[in-house]
Amino acid sequence: MIEYLQILGQEVYKIIFLLVPILVSVAMIVWLDRRVWGLVQKRRGPNVVGPFGLFQTLADALKYIFKEIIIPASANKVVFILAPIVTMTLALVAWAVIPMSEDLVLANINVGILYLFAISSLGVYGIIMGGWASNSKYPFLGAIRSAAQMVSYEVSIGIIIINVLLCVGSLNLNDIVIAQKELWYVIPLFPMFIIFFISALAETNRPPFDLPEAEAELVAGYQTEYSGMMYAMFWLGEYANILLMCAMGSILFLGGWLPLMDIYPLNIIPAPIWMILKILFLFLLFALIKAIVPRYRYDQLMRLGWKIFLPFSLIYLVLTASFLFYFDKLPKVNI
Amino acid sequence: MIVHSIFFYFFSVIAIFSSLMVITSRSTINSVFFLILDFISVGCLFIMVGAEFLGMILLIVYVGAVAVLFLFVVMMLNVAEQKQSWFIGKKSTHIPTGLIVSVLILLELLVVVGGWRYKEDLMSSSTLLLSEISNTHQLGLVMYTDYILYFQLAGIVLLLAMIGAILLTFRERVGVKKQSYLNQISRNPSNAVELIEVKSNQGVKVDD
Repeated sequence: MIEYLQILGQEVYKIIFLLVPILVSVAMIVWLDRRVWGLVQKRRGPNVVGPFGLFQTLADALKYIFKEIIIPASANKVVFILAPIVTMTLALVAWAVIPMSEDLVLANINVGILYLFAISSLGVYGIIMGGWASNSKYPFLGAIRSAAQMVSYEVSIGIIIINVLLCVGSLNLNDIVIAQKELWYVIPLFPMFIIFFISALAETNRPPFDLPEAEAELVAGYQTEYSGMMYAMFWLGEYANILLMCAMGSILFLGGWLPLMDIYPLNIIPAPIWMILKILFLFLLFALIKAIVPRYRYDQLMRLGWKIFLPFSLIYLVLTASFLFYFDKLPKVNI
Repeated sequence: MIVHSIFFYFFSVIAIFSSLMVITSRSTINSVFFLILDFISVGCLFIMVGAEFLGMILLIVYVGAVAVLFLFVVMMLNVAEQKQSWFIGKKSTHIPTGLIVSVLILLELLVVVGGWRYKEDLMSSSTLLLSEISNTHQLGLVMYTDYILYFQLAGIVLLLAMIGAILLTFRERVGVKKQSYLNQISRNPSNAVELIEVKSNQGVKVDD
């Protein structure tokens, strides 16, 4: 029994050392997002609290913690409280399989990419539950929009993942990264990378696809009735999801923790730093897109997902498969 | 193995409890939530016996897509809480149908359980856990070689079902303006703007 307790202790230790950096980096990423947004619009952004305003998010978090949590009288209380917890938990558990280097990963499971896909498809529950339990018009409309949107874009993300998996021949995230040693998949699968990036924007409800919380129409969408710490949890979960999508994009297309080129000055930089740099690069793109693109209309969003991305990624899937088959490049399975 | 059994009982107790709650809970929304919990715990059980691919697919397909649609429908219909349980109150017409279906399912279960042989030490069986090929590869090897015809047929049946469902619900709405992206993009200033001299008291006829 003592042995099991020791293993448990070790695992808890590892999990804490994974979660704390993620939460801190979520706080930093919120700051970065606002700074980039400000720079694009020729404003300063948050620059008062701490050096360069770095502690702004911490100050915001403190503010949220000390605010009163208001639960509407007509809300379904259990589901109302459960919704932000679900959002945040799902956003954090997915990080268990993200490899920061060849052996710096909490759980190196065989079906890593499927796990990521499953967790990101569960993410919609937090939003639906929050919107429904609030028992009010705007949150409900926001929740319905978001459910339809996330379910639609998951389909094209799934097909893009199949595209990559065809080239790798394994569902393990480490294998996916190692398979890109010669050539990052962003080059042969460039159109898929673009579609993945746009679908990731839609999947995480980022502008220009932030219709679930379109402030001009729906106040704040599904989070209208939330306040205090519960709102902050939605918010943290959202940004953790965005980081997760960036990590997924860098693993699938940008070679994960591999260096840019396997030559002297570049390959002495440790692998986790490369991974972080790639995540940051994708996040900067996310932040820039937020600042420069106007919001889509809802029917246009649906049309983009079902009539353009889905057929295009299907056609590209067939092309990839035929290319790999014809040139005999299909991944060899060692049986 | 102790930890293994603890987790097994943990997930199976949750699965059984939540499936009981699905059929007994008064509010339809709660039923759907318990159904989701049930799916998740069954997925975990799948993963515990080494069928990681099946477990993940269960999560993706059932929890990520089917249950979302369930929840969607239940929320949209706004089904009120059932005021009475089924055995009290007015005569319900659902009971005979329900009985027939449940008796059928019971019979099927009996057939399955009757023909089921318990294999000793399945968990430590070397083919299952120690084999070099991953679960996903094993499934693929069987599905795309021995059972390719059935697999493809199932796919075609699903495709037909999807097309049928779309066709059944599709209706052409009249009087709705549709945005034509091609026309929009191919407009240019020379044919988009027209200068008309308007005679007084006559106005201009604008065609849409």
